[in-house]
Amino acid sequence: MASQEVLREESSRASFINDPKIRSLFFQTLVVIVLFGSVWWIVQNVIDNLQRLHIASGFGFLRGRAGFDISDTPIAYTSDSTYGRAIVVGLINTIIVAVAGIITATIIGFVIGIGRLSQNWLIQKICTVYVEIFRNIPPLLVIFFWYSGVLAVLPAPRDSYHLPFGSFLNQRGFYFPRPVWGEGSWLIVVALLVGIAMAWFVARTARQRQMATGQQFPVLWTSVALIIGLPLLAYVLSGFPLSFDLPKQSTFNLTGGFQVKPEFLSLYLALSCYTAAFIAEIVRAGIRGVSKGQTEAAAALGLRSGSILRLVVVPQAMRIVIPPLTSQYLNLTKNSSLAIAIGYPDLTATAGTVLNQTGQAVEGVLIMMIAYLILSLVTSAVMNVVNARMALVER
Amino acid sequence: MSWVRTEMALAQPAPTSVRGPVAWVRKNLVGTVGDTILTILGIAIVAWVLPQVINWAFINAVWTGPDRTVCATAAQGGIQPEGWTGACWAFVNAKFGQFMFGTYPIEERWRPILVAILFVVLLVPMLIPRVPRKGLNAILLFLVLPIVSFFLLIGGVFGLPHVETSRWGGLLVTLSLSFVGIAVSLPLGTVLALGRRSKMPIIKTLCVIFIETVRGIPLITVLFFVSVMLPLFLPAGVTFDKFLRALIGVSLFAAAYMAEVVRGGLQAIPKGQYEGADSLGLGYWQKMGLIVLPQALKLVIPGIVNTFIGMFKDTSLVLIISMFDLLGVVKQNFSDANWATPQTARSGLVFAAFVFWLFCFGMSRYSMYTERRLDTGHKR
Repeated sequence: MASQEVLREESSRASFINDPKIRSLFFQTLVVIVLFGSVWWIVQNVIDNLQRLHIASGFGFLRGRAGFDISDTPIAYTSDSTYGRAIVVGLINTIIVAVAGIITATIIGFVIGIGRLSQNWLIQKICTVYVEIFRNIPPLLVIFFWYSGVLAVLPAPRDSYHLPFGSFLNQRGFYFPRPVWGEGSWLIVVALLVGIAMAWFVARTARQRQMATGQQFPVLWTSVALIIGLPLLAYVLSGFPLSFDLPKQSTFNLTGGFQVKPEFLSLYLALSCYTAAFIAEIVRAGIRGVSKGQTEAAAALGLRSGSILRLVVVPQAMRIVIPPLTSQYLNLTKNSSLAIAIGYPDLTATAGTVLNQTGQAVEGVLIMMIAYLILSLVTSAVMNVVNARMALVER
Repeated sequence: MSWVRTEMALAQPAPTSVRGPVAWVRKNLVGTVGDTILTILGIAIVAWVLPQVINWAFINAVWTGPDRTVCATAAQGGIQPEGWTGACWAFVNAKFGQFMFGTYPIEERWRPILVAILFVVLLVPMLIPRVPRKGLNAILLFLVLPIVSFFLLIGGVFGLPHVETSRWGGLLVTLSLSFVGIAVSLPLGTVLALGRRSKMPIIKTLCVIFIETVRGIPLITVLFFVSVMLPLFLPAGVTFDKFLRALIGVSLFAAAYMAEVVRGGLQAIPKGQYEGADSLGLGYWQKMGLIVLPQALKLVIPGIVNTFIGMFKDTSLVLIISMFDLLGVVKQNFSDANWATPQTARSGLVFAAFVFWLFCFGMSRYSMYTERRLDTGHKR
């Protein structure tokens, strides 16, 4: 003990400049001084500049009248609404396109990724070509391609393409029947919720019974019957309250129905196609990361190929897949800001308009940054929960 | 002893059921019922897509022409028959100079061409492992070339006329943004990664805040930030070139991503390497520069190249702060009334996509080649 004390004292006395503690203290103090100096300088400059331009700082401008129109408004909005509401509309649009894109990209990505591992040579090559094309071109270009290259050259409303279920496709977008909820249709929604709850309960008891006795129960078909059957029953019992407002073709335009604008459509399709290529590679790496011994051991236990995939390979592959999948979801959300290039009113576009109109550059950029940071954090948090459930449970 | 065989029996060829094209088809295309259905589906997709693509891009395509009439059907005011669809390569042909150089003055275009030649001359020996003098080559490529190109492209010295950066455009902007981005982001990202793993709490916190903030927001927001906020940060009267602002934005953005890639490599190096360096009495920078970073960077080459590819693709976003890179120039030319036909946008975009694809695909293949070459066999 005593000799150690002496040793330490000696070494610190011998080389004062080389003492790591003192060095680290010195460098950190230096960094803090430089940082505070530059921040102070920047703040002074910002204050000077704002005074010179006669711009009041603060978030009071959010209550001002916006005075510009937004083409896609999921919540009530007119040009008389406030700037704050315009930004909220943009935020909701961003969330809508991000969620839709994430779902579609995941489905396409899993299909393509599994296809790349297929025994079938042709399917494998088709999937490889897809991935190599979309991974190597910018997402903005894909968006433009859908917007100017595909959707803009569709026929005019008069010569719309007729699609199944009374929907139409033309250069003004995609039209499909809009459900009209009549009297008593709340019963259908309630039935759907009850169906989901019952399906969950059935799945739980079936699992418990299988654990206890080994007897299996056809959970999948029971759940499908419950979730689809109950609302159907409610629909019939309440006297067919749900009707559809079909889009109708007139000389110059389509009336009625629900219109999906080409801006949303091209952004959504482009983000899905682009991100799907990356998700496919992640899925491929994940499935290949499960060692062959696992598949062979499962086969030796007598499991069928479907069960091997469902019970042995996929749960292990998901552990490898989920962390990079999360970052692809984040990328997709951030890439949705490219909407501004084709005029879809997402967060960046509306906040950018507000910023240009009011000149509140600092506050505008700050709102954008915080909103995207919150979106990213929420996505990561959700995916972390999923990841924790999937993670290896060790003793 | 005549029943003892004296010569070796030659190997028989494998039975026809396991070799030859028929067996290959049986194994790879029609192994099971499900496989057969998939194959038919695949053939249907190929048979539906491929003829259309070939027809559009080659057979029906228009390669040369003075204006839009060659690419428009009779009803649209052109010379093509009704129902014609084909690529309008004539548009790309006519605008090729703009796609490459933007509105760089035509009589001065030898300057970007000279820079491009210098770049290729310095880059190719850098990429071929057998060519010696890599150190000198790297200094020329990453230190001398940027300075020389700066004076060549901007001009204003040695009797070269001054060309404002607002007149730069096309592939010139795409390549110069990504080259500078690459040259800045790798060292900056490495420093940030080292900072993030540093034992000094203040430096570590600052690095974490920077990296996580930049990674959490879209590049557009970063570009907005540098294009709108930077002027506010500086004293009145001091202005920044727009091109320089975009450069700063792209480099900072890429550096944050690079930092995470390099950190992955640093974490993969076993503690014994750090401790071994310490016990040799190396200082921090010697330890990192001589022992840790060479191993760490080698481990993460794929990640580094992926970041480069991502940045190369992301340079197209500068069109949102109204600068004209390759994609921006192509898009700008859609509105040229001389060439406006339904096929123009498609053709221009396919051309731009092909150029981007060539560069990105080349980079990814080169990284795979390097990975194989540097593979020392003991993967961790």
